[in-house]
Amino acid sequence: MSDYLWILFVVLYIVLAPFIGGMIAGIDRKITARMQGRYGPPLLQPFYDVLKLMQKENIVVNKHQKLYVLCSLIFIIVAGAIFFAGGDLLLSIFALALASIFLVIAAYSTYSPYAYLGAERELIQIMAYEPMVILTIVGMYIATGSFSVTDIGAYEGLLVLKLPAMFVGFVYILTIKIRKSPFDISMSHHAHQEIVRGLTTEFSGKELAYIEISHWYENVMLLGLVYLFFASNPILAVLVLVATYFLEILIDNVNSRLKWQSVLFSTWLVAFVLGIANIAVLGFLKYFL
Amino acid sequence: MSYLPKSPWLVHYDASSCNGCDIEVLACLTPLYDVERFGVLNIGNPKHADIFVVTGSVNEQNRSVIQNIYNQMAEPKVVVAVGACASSGGIFRECYNVQGGVDNVIPVDVYVSGCAARPEAIIDGVVQALGVLEQKYEESKKKGAETSHV
Repeated sequence: MSDYLWILFVVLYIVLAPFIGGMIAGIDRKITARMQGRYGPPLLQPFYDVLKLMQKENIVVNKHQKLYVLCSLIFIIVAGAIFFAGGDLLLSIFALALASIFLVIAAYSTYSPYAYLGAERELIQIMAYEPMVILTIVGMYIATGSFSVTDIGAYEGLLVLKLPAMFVGFVYILTIKIRKSPFDISMSHHAHQEIVRGLTTEFSGKELAYIEISHWYENVMLLGLVYLFFASNPILAVLVLVATYFLEILIDNVNSRLKWQSVLFSTWLVAFVLGIANIAVLGFLKYFL
Repeated sequence: MSYLPKSPWLVHYDASSCNGCDIEVLACLTPLYDVERFGVLNIGNPKHADIFVVTGSVNEQNRSVIQNIYNQMAEPKVVVAVGACASSGGIFRECYNVQGGVDNVIPVDVYVSGCAARPEAIIDGVVQALGVLEQKYEESKKKGAETSHV
């Protein structure tokens, strides 16, 4: 019976993730509004936005662009499904990277200078966060001896106690992944007044809705990764998830956007100092204690 | 049932306005009026927008810009002319370079009067535009049922 439990988790992820992700986005917009002294939109506003986009005309610049956007959505779902099925964490993260690349290709395929700019900045973002993500997974492997999400989740004791610097580093690059200031250099949820809307400039209607939904799937999976650090204590883990997301909203609201140079330099600095130091200490403890 | 009135995203263009109306449009977004309560976002990208808010009168310089923005917007879309200048040319009507209101270039659905238009009037105009948006959606759905290629 328990051999088939993973199927249940995958189905639950595919069905529930958009709702959870959308609700998180709604709460996010409400809290952001309150921080700015505004009343804010209704909690279900992200769902209204997506449903409206589904009813709009779809302006197509290149007939292949829809394929790329759909591929991006599908691979994010695949990455999340591998993760929640308890599969290989490394494989899941590479599927997620593939999804990001498909989004970049989708933007490139529109031949628009604005989308080009967004796509290039997205590539810089991928370069910025990928080393830290890989180091996090390597750290988890060194600490638990397995790449499997099931084994890492079943690790006795809090994983974060072995990987404290890694956790800080991961939360740092999480700001890029959930597209928050100061790292929202390719596309932002808040900079509505900008003409250059980055990656999404040329997408309208259904395609924009798919991009938004894939973003929700992605957020849920990333929060799952944060959960892994505290998996042995579920109550603490949920509290940390809430605190982490609140911190991201706070950072989003008190920061302006950085230049891409600062984004790349600071994330690599964090990855190499926190990530490699953590791995070095773990290795030291393993061999000498 | 359409979700268009629940999430109207607007693109704002300043067509040779004196900036009076523009400041009032932006005032709608501030904490005092906070139009995001109704899901209204100032989106900046015509391809994402549902409502085209134009301020100021039309001249030879911005005629093509207005047409361009209008053509890039996805259906269904509505146009709101904010202020006396956008509605009729206002006090610049007689100028040698001014061609009059925005309706000389593109079809306007809602006219908001005032010089400068008050934020309350602009919000009221946008709310009326939502009714037109809903109506256009119903019409396009009917047309879509008749001609299946949509």
